[in-house]
Amino acid sequence: MRTRIPRIASSQITPPEVYFGRRAFLAGALAAGATATFGRAHAAIVPGRAGAPLAYTYDAAESVGALVHAPDQNETPNTWYQITNYNNYYEFGTSKTDPAEYAGRLQTRPWSITVAGEAEHTGTFALEDFLKPYALEERTYRFRCVEAWSMVIPWVGIPLATMLKRFKPTSRAKYVAFESVYRPSQMRGQRAPILQWPYREGLRIDEAMNPLAFMVVGLYGRVLPNQNGAPLRLIVPWKYGFKGIKAIVRIAFTETQPPTTWNQARPNYYGFYANVNPDVPTPGWSQRTEVRIGNPFFHQRQPTLMFNGYGEEVAYLYQGMNLRRYF
Amino acid sequence: MTAPAPPAKRPLLGLSVERRYPLIYKPAVFLASLAPLAWMVCGLFGWFGCSDGVDPVKFLELRCGKTALNFIMLTLMITPVRELARLPHLIRLRRMLGLFAFFYVLLHFTVYAVLDLDLNWRMVGADIVKRPYITVGFTALLLLIPLAVTSTNRMMRRLGRRWSRLHRLIYLIAALGVWHFYWEEKIDEGTPLKYAAVLAVLLGYRVVRSARVRRGIAGRMRALSGRPERKKTLACDTQRSA
Repeated sequence: MRTRIPRIASSQITPPEVYFGRRAFLAGALAAGATATFGRAHAAIVPGRAGAPLAYTYDAAESVGALVHAPDQNETPNTWYQITNYNNYYEFGTSKTDPAEYAGRLQTRPWSITVAGEAEHTGTFALEDFLKPYALEERTYRFRCVEAWSMVIPWVGIPLATMLKRFKPTSRAKYVAFESVYRPSQMRGQRAPILQWPYREGLRIDEAMNPLAFMVVGLYGRVLPNQNGAPLRLIVPWKYGFKGIKAIVRIAFTETQPPTTWNQARPNYYGFYANVNPDVPTPGWSQRTEVRIGNPFFHQRQPTLMFNGYGEEVAYLYQGMNLRRYF
Repeated sequence: MTAPAPPAKRPLLGLSVERRYPLIYKPAVFLASLAPLAWMVCGLFGWFGCSDGVDPVKFLELRCGKTALNFIMLTLMITPVRELARLPHLIRLRRMLGLFAFFYVLLHFTVYAVLDLDLNWRMVGADIVKRPYITVGFTALLLLIPLAVTSTNRMMRRLGRRWSRLHRLIYLIAALGVWHFYWEEKIDEGTPLKYAAVLAVLLGYRVVRSARVRRGIAGRMRALSGRPERKKTLACDTQRSA
């Protein structure tokens, strides 16, 4: 059996200035009742071990992060332990604890990322060069898994739109396709044909350019641990978690809708869009409610919100679309 | 195939095999059968370095279900093992294992209804009606109830031959249980398929044996033109009267 859950208060894990900075920010955001501006911190991602503090200067007064508030929800961020010990990352095994156990084998340095397809600037970049031009932000997002559990997670990263614009996608770029690393020697789950490896995901270009779509390099102000998708992963908070492809090595601008892994595996269960939608059940189970990880017994479930509560920011993307068909 | 009970040659702790069951084997199996529960409870409270993980409700739900399935498999193993290994007394452990299977199935359902769905009966009802894999699992639970109720010595005596016919329901229940597990899996059906393979062997053994017995009976009928009793019933009767 594994060791007991250390009941670490998030204040113990998070650098105090970050922690209190976020609290202050949250209070402000709630009072304003709106999304606040994103604080900026300058980024120099240095090769760091997972969990080491991110090497960016941090100004508590400037503060960071954005939590889009939804009423009647318990929005306390989950603990570092919960976020890093309950992962769906089939490249390391199908159990929730496999990634925490086996992801250490993945070598995330050196790492390179290829940008290809319908854009003016394409090429292969070392991770450090790829990330250098951007400022890092912290964003606390709700995370809703298609398995009907959820968390609240303080990510650190770069807005996807900011990242993509630098490559000047052409007018033919209608979609963005992402691809994970394929390294069966370091990712034991890839040795079994459970899914079609490497993992692939994609977004429509307007979805990718929505300010909420986020490229993640850190968690709780620290370098992203491997089990959460280091060194670079996607987070699309209004979609089910499986859209958030991990360990990205390739980004391509395409004219046609790219194939995506879970959709290929079970097209009647997992759509290309995969927007969080309580009205469209997955054939095996309802999506009406979710278990918030860490909730006390007898209060496990809470209603699932349309677009995971981010409707105000993203509903325009799907106007006039039949979301039962394009689920 | 069924050998008569071998005489106890070397009495263990001075006990005959007859007495060893109530005094040693049964209590030992009883305690061992509680171990999965103890493990889950320890994990729940973080005792002895155990942990039920980040989502304890899901953990308990799956663990109870798997444990129940394990016990169903164990009860089905008793017959082949006692026949092949010539350990006829093993039959005395079967009822306890069957009741533990029922216990863990109930626990599985309780965790699901009370902890996972917060005792929201409308959701439980909707799941049972709408989700085929839950319908299958719930049917298995319902079918186990008559078996548990008729597990007492009195009911055995009262039902006589009908008792063994009723308790053959366990074959169907086991199949439903494995099916429920298979359907519940999101994509990786490896483990449920392993259970299915074990179940196929256990049920296949019975099919082969009953075919053999039938052939044997037919042969003897021709030879003796008498009415032979069925072997299986014979073995059970000997045990029960012993």
